[in-house]
Amino acid sequence: MERLSAWTAYLQALPLTLIFLVFFALPIALVVVVSFFDYQTYQILIPDFVLFNYEDVFSSSVTYQTYLITFRFCLMVWAITLVLGFTIAYFLAFHVRTITMQIVLFLLCTIPFWTSIVIRMIAWIPLLGRNGLVNKALLAMGVTDAPVEWLLYSEFAVVIGYVHLYTLFMIVPIFNSMMRIDRSLLEAATDAGASGWQTVWNVIVPLCKPGIAIGSIFVVAMVMGDFVTVNVLGGGQVASVGKAIAAELSYLQFPPAAANSMVLLGVVILLIMLLMRFADVRKEL
Amino acid sequence: MGARSRSFYILATIFGTFVFFLYGPMFAVILLAFQGPDGGLTFPMNGISLHWFADIFRPQSIGDIWGSFDRSIKLGLMVMLATVVISFLSGLAYRKRFRGSSVLFYVVIASLIMPSIVVSLGIGSMFELLGIERSWWSSAFGAHLTWTLPFGLLIMFAVFNRFDPAFEEAARDLGASGWQTIRHVVLPIVAPSLIGVALFGFTLSYDEIARTSQSVGALNTLPMELQAMQTNVTTPVIYALGAYTTALSLVVIGASLTGVLIFRWRQKRHGSDADKGMV
Repeated sequence: MERLSAWTAYLQALPLTLIFLVFFALPIALVVVVSFFDYQTYQILIPDFVLFNYEDVFSSSVTYQTYLITFRFCLMVWAITLVLGFTIAYFLAFHVRTITMQIVLFLLCTIPFWTSIVIRMIAWIPLLGRNGLVNKALLAMGVTDAPVEWLLYSEFAVVIGYVHLYTLFMIVPIFNSMMRIDRSLLEAATDAGASGWQTVWNVIVPLCKPGIAIGSIFVVAMVMGDFVTVNVLGGGQVASVGKAIAAELSYLQFPPAAANSMVLLGVVILLIMLLMRFADVRKEL
Repeated sequence: MGARSRSFYILATIFGTFVFFLYGPMFAVILLAFQGPDGGLTFPMNGISLHWFADIFRPQSIGDIWGSFDRSIKLGLMVMLATVVISFLSGLAYRKRFRGSSVLFYVVIASLIMPSIVVSLGIGSMFELLGIERSWWSSAFGAHLTWTLPFGLLIMFAVFNRFDPAFEEAARDLGASGWQTIRHVVLPIVAPSLIGVALFGFTLSYDEIARTSQSVGALNTLPMELQAMQTNVTTPVIYALGAYTTALSLVVIGASLTGVLIFRWRQKRHGSDADKGMV
């Protein structure tokens, strides 16, 4: 019987293993291999072992610029989604009193995510565009004389787009951490004379670290690799690492794109290892 | 539990502003989809009409909307089915010990964090090197699974962590075989969660762009087509399309939630207590 159940576990895990072997492990290994390949206009992949794809990545000043911009996006979006996500999770976890109400408010936050991601981004155009609502309001109020140009197709628009898309990914894990906090700890803090802020800062924030770490990993990983948001809301003006790779792929330059991807992957792994030091993510499940 | 404090009202205002921020753009799009025939991409409304909703059905220059829509739905359903079955099986496997389980777990989580464009590029290169033509039902199908399965597995972990094994023991004591235990005890208890996994699988696939980009081949999925469209469409027809797809998502979600409720109700009517199996 024991023997049999060991076999069934392998059989049950087999489909998952196969899928990730064929469509994940093997392809990622191939990206490593392809990053050393040569390429020509009419032949995407020429098996070879050359280093110039990497040399190109590291010697080009464009690389450093795009990484700088991407890091800046990452930092801004992380800071905004963290503060916003924590505040909203705190509101839902500690100020909303019934579970039904919590579920209703949560659903309210998730409904916009049921629309296509492209539509959600296009939706900013009538608001932020040159003749958009925001500009009309600013003109009417006399704040500016001419429409503000940097609202759309700019780094500003890209950050707005990210915050719009990713704040929920911060709210959910932090909320999950907050719901596990023993309420008597908060009472103890109050009894010991802590003010509301002191309780939040010295009790709740430390206990939410795992949730904050998981949310941060999500946000950082998604912003670092994104090219869709930058494409739609950044217009032609804004570059990011993901967009640079996507651009190379659109010219069918697979090997340089692969080298670029490897560098990106290294950076993302470093960032995530940094975040993992703050929490044991597996314990949270 | 006393009167609401001042911080409650401040936080409630922040929450309200956030919800407004989430919904504002969507409302603008749906409103603008009702533009009059001469209306443009921005406010003000130039009359109110259903012109742009009808425009979608006219053969015109705006790309292969219906073909890509058809492919996206089929792909979404394929991914949904595969995600449910594979996540459920893996969830069962992870309740026992097996060799390599933690390596497999870390690989699955790595897929969640891996920049999507890298996965896409890898799958694209693999098919290119093997000389197999990329298409939505093969390479893109696999690419989507690398995105939906981590979510499915995490949900199954959460489900089985709260699963009371006493029900299975009781079934076994009463002489049920392994298969019977799963079919008549485990499945009914976790069924609502599986509908959740299905919903996740479909939505994530239906909306996927980054992993699809290099793996889809010649025929696009709907989000890819929309992304290509948005650069060169200058009429509100794209807003009408947005309104349609939003409505479709709401119908799908509504139908699934109704499904869960009907399922629960039927279980109750037959005197089942399967919903008590989660602790």
